[in-house]
Amino acid sequence: MRIELERRAAHSVVFSALSPFIALGLTLVAGIILFSALGLNPATALFTYFIEPLTEVWSLHELIIKATPLILIAVGLSVCFSSGNWNIGAEGQLVMGAIAGSILPILFPDQAGFWVLPLMLVMAMAGGAGWAAIPAYLKNRFGANEILTSLMLVYVAQLFLDWLVRGHWRNPAGYNFPESRTYTDGQILPEMFSSGPAHYGALLALIAVIIAWFMMGKTIKGFQVKVIGQAPRAGRFAGFSARKMTLAAFLISGALAGLAGISEVAGAIQQLRPVVSPGYGFAAIIVAFLGRLNPLGVMAAGLILALSYLGGEAAQISLGISDKVGRVFQGVLLFFVLASDTLIHYRIKFISSRKHA
Amino acid sequence: MLEVQAITKKFGDLVANDSVSLEVSKGEIHALLGENGAGKSTLVKMLYGSLQPDGGEILWHGKPIEIPSPSQARSTGIGMVFQHFSLFDSLSVAENIALSLGKENDIRDIGEKARQVSEEYGLPLQPDTIIGDMSVGERQRVEIVRCLLQDPELIILDEPTSVLTPQEADALFETLERLRSEGRSILYISHRLDEVQKMCDHATILRHGKVVGECTPADETAASLANLMVGADVGDVTRTGRGEVTGEALLELHNVNQEAASPFAMELTDINLSVRAGEVVGVAGVAGNGQSEFFDVLSGETTSSDNASVRYNGHECGSMGITARRRLGGAFVAEERLGHSAVPDLSLSENLILARHGSDSKSFLGMGPLGVIQNGVIKSVTKRICEEMDVRKSGEDPDASALSGGNLQKFIMGRELDRKPSILVVNQPTWGVDAGAAQKIRQAVIDLARAGSAVVVISQDLDEIMEISDRIAVMSDGHLSKPEDAESITREEIGLKMGGLHDG
Repeated sequence: MRIELERRAAHSVVFSALSPFIALGLTLVAGIILFSALGLNPATALFTYFIEPLTEVWSLHELIIKATPLILIAVGLSVCFSSGNWNIGAEGQLVMGAIAGSILPILFPDQAGFWVLPLMLVMAMAGGAGWAAIPAYLKNRFGANEILTSLMLVYVAQLFLDWLVRGHWRNPAGYNFPESRTYTDGQILPEMFSSGPAHYGALLALIAVIIAWFMMGKTIKGFQVKVIGQAPRAGRFAGFSARKMTLAAFLISGALAGLAGISEVAGAIQQLRPVVSPGYGFAAIIVAFLGRLNPLGVMAAGLILALSYLGGEAAQISLGISDKVGRVFQGVLLFFVLASDTLIHYRIKFISSRKHA
Repeated sequence: MLEVQAITKKFGDLVANDSVSLEVSKGEIHALLGENGAGKSTLVKMLYGSLQPDGGEILWHGKPIEIPSPSQARSTGIGMVFQHFSLFDSLSVAENIALSLGKENDIRDIGEKARQVSEEYGLPLQPDTIIGDMSVGERQRVEIVRCLLQDPELIILDEPTSVLTPQEADALFETLERLRSEGRSILYISHRLDEVQKMCDHATILRHGKVVGECTPADETAASLANLMVGADVGDVTRTGRGEVTGEALLELHNVNQEAASPFAMELTDINLSVRAGEVVGVAGVAGNGQSEFFDVLSGETTSSDNASVRYNGHECGSMGITARRRLGGAFVAEERLGHSAVPDLSLSENLILARHGSDSKSFLGMGPLGVIQNGVIKSVTKRICEEMDVRKSGEDPDASALSGGNLQKFIMGRELDRKPSILVVNQPTWGVDAGAAQKIRQAVIDLARAGSAVVVISQDLDEIMEISDRIAVMSDGHLSKPEDAESITREEIGLKMGGLHDG
């Protein structure tokens, strides 16, 4: 017997809208099974995971801090994925953005002025975009698969950062720890509220969401992205260049990943370390799809995924379960999102193979 | 050996094969002739197990059999060489062959066997060569050798010479002779009359899914074969409203040459054409002879390095893209509705922007460089088009994929006609469209020309070409014949040109 996916003649609008919620619901069910199997009370575990982090001011600040890079990156990825380009290397672009944005505070620590922070942001965007331009160029010039090239460049970027902070960029006054010097006031994204550490990176994410929503929904540029992503041949008929689109999509998503990188480094961490991201660049892929590649949806999805990070930490502390469980949750969530999307457009068909002599 | 009895296959309302019968005896080369869409591919797919018939029977050595899958077909003794090869570019010849033979064979033995077979049949091959490094002719040899290793009694060849040079084709014919002398049978699909006459012992001719004739090609003339293929039995349509066309040339092609972009694309050679204001020039021909490449060159989806090779209203535009050509007054309707002329999952109004964002940027887009889409304007133009062309749809602005083929094609035609273009190029205007919509579309095309535009209609439907054209040219093997007056050219002449016999 074999299993085939058969395209449905029409897809249900209702289920298209409901699919992220169905996926969330199924993830919760999977969570109940998972926690029961671990010998925990599923109700307590889910409460610790998803409700507790929302009950205190400091954890709400943490939520915003975690959601910021996820949303920034996922907004860029939603544009990129909509155009049919698969940038899987946002994690690497985040790292390169963090490095490029840190050139000023690390190599020229004495420079001060109102222009320092904005310039750091711009350089970070350029760094992320530059790193993303490599897979775009390879795709356009040689037809190299961008999924592979962008993913592989993640490891190059991470090792480059590792080399820098253990070598030339190590803090001269840092007792040989693999860390850069810490940033000073003019080089740090300020806090937004007096109640806690949430910084202005969140505002950048909000602006990115609004601009992307306007561009994708209202302008000919966004239209171009949709057409090329859905029907490349029709894109050519419309006179849109798929190559230029590939480059633009990678530059946009790379720049936003770079911005996420600097907002982490200049906001939450305030120095360069061998590891500056707990995998935001990869988690943002889930965010982009959970948000249905829609910038507003991405914002909601970013908050949900940030919650799963926080919940993972809380569960680790109060229930003593491994942080890997949090990763499992994210993976399960992405699986259900993609599965519901697929089943909206396709139906499963079992085909029995009859044997003939 | 193989007998097909009254086999029928339906796709929805379309009857692709209408009780087709066919008999292939041992050691003969049997031709399957027909225009595109005549049902040849459907028939052989059923013989090879990729499709299942809805009715009728297949007899193999006199016994009824079922062929549920290609692998079943192969073990029965039926092999097939597809027009579009199924080979992995990055693997070697031996590896590709091993993949189709199954696990029990050692890859070195396969390489050795492949070499023996290939030499035996005059198809020299090196088993270690990577497919990606081979020419198209060589790749076809791999397909044939792979097929022969399974020792088939019947080999189906789908348009085998369409991708070959004349020399490669001659070599193939020798191989086929050899296979026939061994007692194998060959079912040979082609529309090239000279090949069929030279090679084939029998021919079955399909038209609109039915067998319209069976003959011994050697006894027939090329003209009579062409007749059967294109159906001269259908009486000529009476043409009205045609006068002397004296307008100036609006669309001019001058020595257009275009290399093939892929192994399966057609090369265009020395194409010259001049279309005057007020006339419809019909381009006939069997699909795959360069029509889609020709359309791309006309529309600017493929640009040329020679700017002077294409002229729109006197402006040189060979190097300009499709948007620039639209601004010069060009309008285009591609062959594929869904995925080329229109995006399936976008609404009609969005599909309006698709083709007119450049030519109508003043009214469709606002706020300067931001390019904000003016939804109000676009919705009202969409409404106007739908009313003008009588587009039947559910809801105000449905997705393109929700419309029937005919209604979507009316919308796409309307989208272009609404601009009153001075040049219109249409590929397959009524392919898969119901009769009512087809009539409406043809009328609209003629009306546009009468109002002073230059129109090119590319179509495989000869009836349609005869009905609407003022002059008719034929596309064959990447060449375009000189357009001739539709009043004087006969179906036989067109059929001969379609079969590649320019001097016939």
